[in-house]
Amino acid sequence: MTVSATHTVGDLESSAKNRNVVLDIRNLKVYYATPTGNVRAVDDVSFQVYESEIIGLVGESGCGKTTTAMAILRLVQPPGRITGGQILLDGTDLASLHGQALRDVRWNQMALIPQGAMNSLNPVMKINRQIADAIEAHEGRQPAKELKERIINLLATVGLPSRVYGMYPHELSGGMKQRACIAMAIALHPSLVIADEPTSALDVVVQRVVGETLLDVKERLGVSMIVIGHDMGLMAQLVDRLAVMYAGRMVEIAPVETVFHEPLHPYTQLLIESIPSIKQRKPLKLTEGLTHDLRNPPPGCIFQLRCPHVTDICREVNPPLRELRSRHFVACHLYE
Amino acid sequence: MGGLTPKYVLRRVGMWLLTIWLGATIIFVIPRLAPGDPVAAMVSRLTAQSGYVENSAQMIEAWRARFGLDGPWYVQYYNYLRSVLTLDLGFSLASFPSRVDEMIAQALPWTLGLLTIAVIISFFVGNLVGALMAWRRTPGWIRAFLPATLTFTSIPFFMLGILLIYLFAFGLRWFPPSGAYGRGLEIGFNWPFIKSVIYYGTLPAISIVVTSMGFWALGMRGMMITNDGEDYMILAEAKGLAPQRVFWSYGVRNSILPQVTALALSLGGIAGGSTLVEYIFAYPGMGYLLYLGIVNTDYTLIQGIVFILIAGTSTAVLLLDLLYPLIDPRITYSKG
Ligand SMILES: Nc1ncnc2c1ncn2[C@@H]1O[C@H](COP(=O)(O)OP(=O)(O)OP(=O)(O)O)[C@@H](O)[C@H]1O
Ligand SMILES: [Mg+2]
Repeated sequence: MTVSATHTVGDLESSAKNRNVVLDIRNLKVYYATPTGNVRAVDDVSFQVYESEIIGLVGESGCGKTTTAMAILRLVQPPGRITGGQILLDGTDLASLHGQALRDVRWNQMALIPQGAMNSLNPVMKINRQIADAIEAHEGRQPAKELKERIINLLATVGLPSRVYGMYPHELSGGMKQRACIAMAIALHPSLVIADEPTSALDVVVQRVVGETLLDVKERLGVSMIVIGHDMGLMAQLVDRLAVMYAGRMVEIAPVETVFHEPLHPYTQLLIESIPSIKQRKPLKLTEGLTHDLRNPPPGCIFQLRCPHVTDICREVNPPLRELRSRHFVACHLYE
Repeated sequence: MGGLTPKYVLRRVGMWLLTIWLGATIIFVIPRLAPGDPVAAMVSRLTAQSGYVENSAQMIEAWRARFGLDGPWYVQYYNYLRSVLTLDLGFSLASFPSRVDEMIAQALPWTLGLLTIAVIISFFVGNLVGALMAWRRTPGWIRAFLPATLTFTSIPFFMLGILLIYLFAFGLRWFPPSGAYGRGLEIGFNWPFIKSVIYYGTLPAISIVVTSMGFWALGMRGMMITNDGEDYMILAEAKGLAPQRVFWSYGVRNSILPQVTALALSLGGIAGGSTLVEYIFAYPGMGYLLYLGIVNTDYTLIQGIVFILIAGTSTAVLLLDLLYPLIDPRITYSKG
């Protein structure tokens, strides 16, 4: 497996500027209808994904990362519903597609590496059949010999031996299953791959291998990726830009180095500070989770109840996401 | 994947023989636990019932000789096991000198024919109804009419039977009210006879199918709903597969697994017949025979039927054990 060279900040800045936008999300809203009101799981979120970049999506549990990913794939499960916004993939608004048109876009243009890939493979179907299913759904029936060759090549791309071809999911280790999912995701050369916590539930060494597989695949195929996760260490290794979500809103987007060295949003600052370090024991700054009910967000800034710098305006006006410096977006009143 | 190893087959067949041996032993022991001489007790009970039994001395003699009741228990037991092994189930107490094995041999084909077909139809229709009830994409008009097919489940078996006889046999005169085939027909593999068997079997079969379908449908519905939340179902949709493909290969294929176990058990139980249905339709199968045995306190006949039932069920379990790994790859031949 090749390990890609790490980028320098300058390298990133110059290359990302002129890139094409693959995915453009505008004012996306996803609400879950509950008997006691709508849960605003994703509330007015906008961001872009550029050609062949990896963007990381982080934020605490329940902040709406998976919901955002599912909305892009148009797979939000009831009682959830996309209640507003646009999802432009290569210029097509996915939010308006239905039926066959939607099925055509799926996997052809965007693929998913699901959260908990452990249970994402059909337990009674061999790996080759599951990959073949995706290929044949879009390209029609294939000659057996070419199909087999193609699948074995895909498996090799993610570093899996060809014997995996005829195996059932339960015969694979967690890391192998995850890589089989990656192989399946790139089968049709999509322009966008969404990986939801691709390394959670794996041990640290396997996490690294899977992370490197993702990087390798991105380098070779030039696909764009959204990688969701909690693990800031993995993010540092993997992504070009980092998007930070809090309680259904986007609070900061910036190149990953910038986020680590100069986080601007108070939530991001707390997040970075609480990354555990072996060299130095720190008290946890973030002690509790969400302090408000997602059904009933307070007026003004979403982070006001936990923010150490809260002022009067934060309780009245919701700060919009603004490009404060070049390529560094923050939603905070502190910088006005 | 371990194949069907000789060791596995040997162990399963061993278990099968053990079950049948245990069943036969219990049938041997129970009458002997009753105080006094079992044969004399049975004959005196018969005498009490009918006042006088012809040839009773000869009958006691015959039974004594038959079981060697004068000999020590292990000789009796040895002789008993030997005759059971050769399917020699002795004389009927109530209709001496008929032999139990001959009576069962006459009844068994009727029951097997009627119930196998009815249970299999019920299994397929019931599971399909259940799966469609649970599937989100089931067209509205089908969805509206599905629950109606299950209302008959709450009607007791015999009530429905009587209702069917009243409506279709006495009212509309479409089907005969009782029996298994028309009078004066030559029993054998000829078209008039087969036609008559189907004609006579329709009402009993319908009453079994209609009343047992709900069992399969409700089980399947529950499994499909549980299965729908699985990650591989979401991934299947994300792959852009056709809805039918998701339904059959990912939904039904996984949900049917526990149903197959239940099917094997109910097919095994078929050997005992369906007493109520066969009684109501005067159908000359095992259930009707069991009814006659109970009414006439024909212990040898009841014992014979119970033995066949034990043999049938354990054979079904044996076949299930040998075939199940083929439909669920997670169950391997090497384990268990
Ligand atoms: N079916 C549902 N009904 C009601 N609320 C829901 C439902 N599914 C999710 N939510 C809510 O939506 C919010 C976002 O959930 P989501 O799964 O997107 O979080 P996440 O950021 O992916 O969390 P994690 O890191 O734990 O995976 C949560 O607050 C959750 O409670
Ligand atoms: Mg999630």
